[in-house]
Amino acid sequence: MSVDTEVRPGRHAAVPPNSSGTLMRRTGDWARRAPLMPALVFMIIVTQLPFVVTIIASFMNWNAYYPDERGFAGIDNFRRVLTDVNTRHAILVTILLTAGVVLISLLLGLAIALLLDRRFRGRGAVRTMMITPFLVVPVAAALLWKHALYNPEYGLFNGVLKWIFGDNAPQPDWISNQPLWSVIFALVWQWTPFMMLILLAGLQSRPLDVIEAAGIDGASKWDIFRYMTLPHLRQYLELSALLGSIYVVQNFDAVFTITSGGLGTANLPYTIYQTFYTAHDYGRASAAGVIVVIGTIVIATFALRSVSTLFKEEGR
Amino acid sequence: MTGQVTMVTGKRNRGGGWALSGLAWVVGLLFVLPVLWMVLTSFHAETDAAKNPPDLAAPLTLDGFRSFFDSGPWPSIANSLTASILSTVLVILLAFPAAYALSIKPVKKWTDVMFFFLSTKMLPVVAGLLPIYLFAQFAGLLDNIWLLIVLYTSMNLPIAVWMLRSFLAEVPVEILEAASVDGAGLTRTLRSVVAPVVTPGIASAALICFIFSWNELLFARVLTGTVAQTAPVFLTGFVTSQGLFLAKVCAASLVVSLPVLIAGFAAQDKLVQGLSLGAVK
Repeated sequence: MSVDTEVRPGRHAAVPPNSSGTLMRRTGDWARRAPLMPALVFMIIVTQLPFVVTIIASFMNWNAYYPDERGFAGIDNFRRVLTDVNTRHAILVTILLTAGVVLISLLLGLAIALLLDRRFRGRGAVRTMMITPFLVVPVAAALLWKHALYNPEYGLFNGVLKWIFGDNAPQPDWISNQPLWSVIFALVWQWTPFMMLILLAGLQSRPLDVIEAAGIDGASKWDIFRYMTLPHLRQYLELSALLGSIYVVQNFDAVFTITSGGLGTANLPYTIYQTFYTAHDYGRASAAGVIVVIGTIVIATFALRSVSTLFKEEGR
Repeated sequence: MTGQVTMVTGKRNRGGGWALSGLAWVVGLLFVLPVLWMVLTSFHAETDAAKNPPDLAAPLTLDGFRSFFDSGPWPSIANSLTASILSTVLVILLAFPAAYALSIKPVKKWTDVMFFFLSTKMLPVVAGLLPIYLFAQFAGLLDNIWLLIVLYTSMNLPIAVWMLRSFLAEVPVEILEAASVDGAGLTRTLRSVVAPVVTPGIASAALICFIFSWNELLFARVLTGTVAQTAPVFLTGFVTSQGLFLAKVCAASLVVSLPVLIAGFAAQDKLVQGLSLGAVK
C-alpha cells in the first residue's frame, strides 16, 4: 500500500518526431485531448452551467409564489441573506458540524487504526465490524439513531440506563437536550470508519525496517510514534480530513432526518433546501448558494494546496 | 503500534498486548452494536420493539419485513438500482478514456484538469439545485429517473477520474509500447491492453460510485415524485406519526442498506482504494 506521490507524465514524447509543423502538433494535441473531451464537456455542462444560472438568479427578485414581481434586484438578496439571523446561524452550524465531525472522527479513527495495526486474534473480524457503520445508507443510519437509539421512550440509550440504574433511571430526551451533538454523534459513528480505513492503510505502508532500526537504537515507543509514524501519517491525515470535510460540509441527510433542521441545527444545505423547497424564494436561495460557493472556494484553495503534496509534478 | 514494534523486535506480547486486543474488540463491538440492534429490532413485534427496558429475548417475527414489503417498496428499489447501476456504467465509460488522457498520454496542463474535476466535488450540491430543478421543470424531466442518472454521473465522475488516473499511471510502459508498435488504435488499446491490467481499479471505482449513488437523498427528494422515487426517499416517507413503527423502520433500513452492506463486505480492500480516490493502494 502506498500513497501515490509520483506521477509519470509525458512518458511518450508529446509530438511524433515526423510532425514538426504547427498544424501537425495541433492535430496531435487534439488527438490527445479527444479521450478527455466527453468527460470534461459533460462535467462543464452538468456542474458549471447551473452555477451560472444560480449567479444570475441571485441578483433577481424571484419568488415562485409572486411570478409578476420577477425582476432585477441588485444585491438585495445578498443583503437579506447576510443580515438574516437564520443564515448567519446556519453558517455557524455548518462550521461547528463539519469541524466537530471531522476532528472527532479523525482522532477516533487514528486511535482505532493504531489498535488495529497489531496482530491479534480476530483482527479481520474487528475490522469488518468497524466498517459496518459506513455501509449503512445515511438516511437509514439517521433513522436508526433518531428512533432506535435516541428516542426517550423506547430508544436503546435510555433502555441501557434503565438496565443499569433500574426504574428510577434518568430518561433524557437526547435530541431535544443536545440537538447539535445528537447529529454530530450520529455522523461521527458513520465517518470514523472512513478515517480509520485510510489511516490504517497509511500505518501499514510504514517502512518497518527503519522502525525496527529505531527500536534497536533505543528509541522509545512514544518517540517512534512522534517522530516517525506521525510524520509518515501526515499526508494520510490530510487526505482523510479533506475528503471527510467535502462530504460532511454538504450533509443534508442527517440534519433532515434527525432534527428536520429544528432546534438550531439547520446547516446551510438544509437552509437553502428550505428557502427553495418550502418558501420558493428562488432569488434568495440562489444568493445563499453563491455565498456557500464563495466560502467553499476559499476553504478549498487551502485544502487543494495541501492535497497537492499527494500529487507532485515531476519534470514538466 | 505497540504490537507492531514488539512484533518486529521479536519480543513477546505481555499483559499490555492482551489489554489492547481486548480494547480493540470492545471498540469494534461498540461500533457495530447499533447495526446489530437494528437487525434484532427488525425481527421483533412492534409492541416488543417499543419496550423499555428492551426485551432481548422477545419472540422473533417477520411482521416488520412483511409490513415493509406490503407498503410497496419495490418500484423505489428498482429505481435505485437503475439509477445506481446505469450511472456507474456511464461514469466508467466517461472516466476511463479521460484517465488515459490524464496519465498515459497526458494532455498539456493535465494537473489543472485533475483539479478542475476535484473542485467540482467541493461545490456544494445544494447551490446547483435550483437551476437543475428549473431546467427539469422546463424540459419535463421532473420525476424522471434519467435526470438522476445524469446527476449521479456528474457527482461520481470526478471520483472515478481521480481513481482511474492513479491506476493507469502504473500501467507498465512496455505493454503500451508493444500495443502502439502493433498499430493498435485508441479504442483497441483501451479495451484490450489497458482495461485488463486495471480491472481491479475499475472495480474499486465502480463499487464506490454505486454506493454513493445508492445513498444519495437530496437530489432524489427534490427532483422525483411518485414515479422515479428512490429507496432513500421512500425511507424518509416511511415514518408515520401514528402508532408504533420502530420494527418496521428497522426492517426497511436493513433492506435498503443490504446491497451496500453486501458490496462493501465483499470488497473491503477496494473500499479503501475508492474512498481515498485511489491515493491509497
